[in-house]
Amino acid sequence: MLVLREPMRVALALITTMMSLGAIYGFMGVHFIAAFQVLIYVGAVMVFMVFVIMLLEVREAPGNKRYSNLLVPGGVIFAMMLGVLGISVWRAVGSGSTTAPAISDAFGLTQFSTVFLRDYWLQFELTTVLLVAAIVAALAVIKVHRRASGEKANG
Amino acid sequence: MDKHQLLLWLSIALFSMGLLGVVIRRNALVMLMCMELMLNGVNLSLVTFMNQNGQAAGGVLVFLVFVVATAEIAIAIPIVLLLVKQKRTLDVDAYSDLKG
Repeated sequence: MLVLREPMRVALALITTMMSLGAIYGFMGVHFIAAFQVLIYVGAVMVFMVFVIMLLEVREAPGNKRYSNLLVPGGVIFAMMLGVLGISVWRAVGSGSTTAPAISDAFGLTQFSTVFLRDYWLQFELTTVLLVAAIVAALAVIKVHRRASGEKANG
Repeated sequence: MDKHQLLLWLSIALFSMGLLGVVIRRNALVMLMCMELMLNGVNLSLVTFMNQNGQAAGGVLVFLVFVVATAEIAIAIPIVLLLVKQKRTLDVDAYSDLKG
């Protein structure tokens, strides 16, 4: 994804990554999250993304630079982040890897729904507020779009 | 190296590569997809910790991340469409004169 030029190839690589992650979730026993991963990410988000890529079809100039000017700082940040996270994972898992094996019963849809709607109901409600805000914002963007094109057509 | 550590390494790799992609790429759509890659890395770490501890709370967080990712895409794509309508390019460097 970092070296491919065409956005469509990046999208296909990302879809492959997401489906592999879905397979990993399935093997780990969290089947509903695997289903959500395939349905929401691959089925909704990436289809939307591929749609937009095909809709826009903006050609890059052939002599265009592939990377931005932040290539070197970005590489430094990447290395630092990899180091910090790697050290923390190394320490954490090295000290606490003797935890009891998880009960496979804990990942059923029943327990998920119970925890979701009993302990995390506030987050659930906040999610609905977020979705309403997203719908309103999308409508506002569309309206700006219409107004701009209308002015262009008139004047 | 057990299974959980391997999965955590994978999630670190996904998150860092997504961050690197957001920083160094110039195409706006590719940057959006790299953000999705970062969210996927976080999701993988959440599921790994959930599997390790046997608690279902991680699944709730993964579900919330799904919702946030969908809302983010639903907002970001129309913004990208409007930007492209302005200047006919996906290069984010062309929009560096935006003020806000």
